[in-house]
Amino acid sequence: MVSVCFYFQIHQPYRVRKYSIFDIGNRSDYFSDSSGTKLDNKWIIDKIAKKCYFPTNAVLLELLNKYPEFKICYSFSGVYLEQLEECAPEVLESFKKLVDTGRVEILAETYYHSLSFMYSKGEFREQIKLHTQLIKRIFGVTPEVFRNTELAYSNELALEIEAMGYKGIIAEGWEHFLDGKSPNYVYRPKGAKRIKVLTKNYKLSDDLAFRFSNKGWCEWPLDVPRYTSWINSVNGNGDTINLFMDYETFGEHQWADTGIFEFLRAFPGEVLKHPDNDFKTPSEVIDAYPDRGEYDVPYVLSWADMERDLSAWNGNDIQKSAIEKIYSLGHQVLKTRDPELIHVWRKLQTSDHFYYMCTKYFSDGDVHKYFNPYDSPYDAFISFMNVIQDLEIRLKRYSSVEKTAVLHTPEGLNKGSNISEKIYKVNRVSSKEVLNEN
Amino acid sequence: MFGWEFPPYHNGGLGVACEGLTKALSKQEVDVIFVLPKKNKYSVDYLKFIYAEETTPIHKKYFVNSILREYSTENSYGAEIFEGENSFLYANSLIDEVERFALIGGQIAGEEEFDVIHAHDWLTYRAGVAAKRVSGKKLVIHVHATGMDQCGGQNPDPVVFEIEKGAMEAADQIIAVSNLTKKRIIDHYGISGDKINVVHNAAEFSDYIEKEMHELEKYKKIVLYLGRISIQKGPDYFVSMAKKVIEHCPDTVFIVVGSGDMNNQMIRQVAKLGIADKFIFTGWIRDRHEIQQMFKMAYIYIMPSVSEPFGLVALESMHLGTPVLMSHQSGASEVAVNALKTNFWDIDEMTDKVVSVLKHPALGRTLSQNGKAEVEKITWDEPASKVKNIYNKMIEVTC
Repeated sequence: MVSVCFYFQIHQPYRVRKYSIFDIGNRSDYFSDSSGTKLDNKWIIDKIAKKCYFPTNAVLLELLNKYPEFKICYSFSGVYLEQLEECAPEVLESFKKLVDTGRVEILAETYYHSLSFMYSKGEFREQIKLHTQLIKRIFGVTPEVFRNTELAYSNELALEIEAMGYKGIIAEGWEHFLDGKSPNYVYRPKGAKRIKVLTKNYKLSDDLAFRFSNKGWCEWPLDVPRYTSWINSVNGNGDTINLFMDYETFGEHQWADTGIFEFLRAFPGEVLKHPDNDFKTPSEVIDAYPDRGEYDVPYVLSWADMERDLSAWNGNDIQKSAIEKIYSLGHQVLKTRDPELIHVWRKLQTSDHFYYMCTKYFSDGDVHKYFNPYDSPYDAFISFMNVIQDLEIRLKRYSSVEKTAVLHTPEGLNKGSNISEKIYKVNRVSSKEVLNEN
Repeated sequence: MFGWEFPPYHNGGLGVACEGLTKALSKQEVDVIFVLPKKNKYSVDYLKFIYAEETTPIHKKYFVNSILREYSTENSYGAEIFEGENSFLYANSLIDEVERFALIGGQIAGEEEFDVIHAHDWLTYRAGVAAKRVSGKKLVIHVHATGMDQCGGQNPDPVVFEIEKGAMEAADQIIAVSNLTKKRIIDHYGISGDKINVVHNAAEFSDYIEKEMHELEKYKKIVLYLGRISIQKGPDYFVSMAKKVIEHCPDTVFIVVGSGDMNNQMIRQVAKLGIADKFIFTGWIRDRHEIQQMFKMAYIYIMPSVSEPFGLVALESMHLGTPVLMSHQSGASEVAVNALKTNFWDIDEMTDKVVSVLKHPALGRTLSQNGKAEVEKITWDEPASKVKNIYNKMIEVTC
């Protein structure tokens, strides 16, 4: 028996607008680019909705209706869902329809798609809680399996997640740590008692996510029977094939004209031709299969690059200084109990901001490897740090009127928006708890 | 190959480029005869030098004793003549010198054996064209700068313009040092893009000898301007930027190395804005080590050129680990990625970037490390092989 376990990552950050020193102290609309170009968050969501979200959701709904055995799983970042509520509710509706089939699982993650686990445990836990509340409110379900930002994973993280009550966690299946074992089994994180880890089969995942349209690849053009034959070959020496990928694989990274949608449409039928195959969601895989030993990851493993580390996010000095700066403001920000300010501070923790400052491949001229909405990593850093300086000015204003801060009604809070009011309440309560924990 | 300066006796980036290019060409088995106006003690074994001043013209008994410089204009040339240093001179017009160099260039072409003619910049174009006429060999002209750049795009010297246009038309192939320059040749000189090849300069620099920290560096943050003070280089934008930077970072000092026809205007602008106490004007510094130290001292080097065909000095700054802010209107910006870039006229954007470097040490460090590593990879081997291909292409057509 072998189960195909799909999980799709869906996230969009609040990109920081071009923000100069002349804006510091004068405007606090950090995410408000409306230029209709690559820093305009609404424009990006609209663009990807047309190319990916709508068509992929339609195909998947069709498949779920056609094959009762078909199952999938999503991990939505909170900031993504928030943006959908604000500017693309019809996209959200189509996701709800999928979830309503009862065969779509949703994973837990940090609301702000942050690397907070590395910098503040209290903040990390809080962001998971906020995410859980959001998922419950929108989809009416409660996640049981956790996935960390950028698939950042370690033994320590797994134990933390176990302590928070989750039954499973997602990780990259990297040979170095698998130590000769197959990624196609369920494992137990080192030191864990209960929680299980699902390891991504990155070869089969990347065949779709990265190589599908690569004409230089020896398997191009990949057809469904051949791909499925690789899955069938695992029968007898594996329990699950974890196909984890960005949702944008469908229609955005692999354009419609590559045939990716036809591939997706034909895939479940082909898999189900084999009597020993089925589809399972992550929590079903965890329930169905015993662990086959230990997965020992003593230091942080991610999905990225040959190094599978976090150096694309915190490898250079500008990234380090930006990320350390944002977390160093935590205590001051939370103390204000200003939900809007806390929300903004947390939006600035989203890992993408630091990714845009990556210079690793920039020098090699391989700029397209890392998509960057800024002209250069240095420009990304400059706007980000200017925003931080504005945030610090706002914090100083608080410290001078500290006593009245609790009663403060946040300026700039979008009263007309549902989500803002909810965030307002949520962040208001949460700040107190994180403060206590830290 | 016709040039007019060669290190160590050079003023501008052109001498450096000629040295790098010819050295790499020799490694690729191209023999170069390098014709210079004036004799000097060169210790280079990969070139055969011919000095025009040693060649006695058949018709007239005079030689070219040149103070030709890369960016001499008729005005500055006149000024230099009267400085007295060049008392050996007989010519009082730069254009006359260009004509004489052309005459001798043609003569040399009749005496030497070679396959192609390569002329660097307008002062040698006439010589290149003459050599082509005499020998019937193909001519490639190498455009490091145009008269159009030097005047900031307005009212170029008509004589220089005519020489450039004539040579561009006569040449079989043209090498432009940047896409920017190629575009200029097409737009302003009406030359077909088909025969224009873009070959970016490389950057191979000597190593820096570490010196003690300068006193100034301990207390102030230094922003550097280095280059000719003329409209092409955007000194006025530098001053406007300085005024705004000081409002955010009062601890900054602006050092201006160089001189030029806008010298006084720049000083007046600084005085008028009330920031004279933040400026140091050093004039030209000729000592390489002193120049290197200037770069080392600076937090950032600014190249706000209005029109810079290449701007090798920006890469030299990166090589020395000093972050660079260059204008998009410079050829180097087509090559360098680990540098800050703005439009030359965008004072606010320039200020934003400079202040960020001054305020966030991590930004300067990252630019420095990555910039240095990047420049190390830009060698002359690739440009030389492109040039060699152009030679081969021209020779094949002849056969």
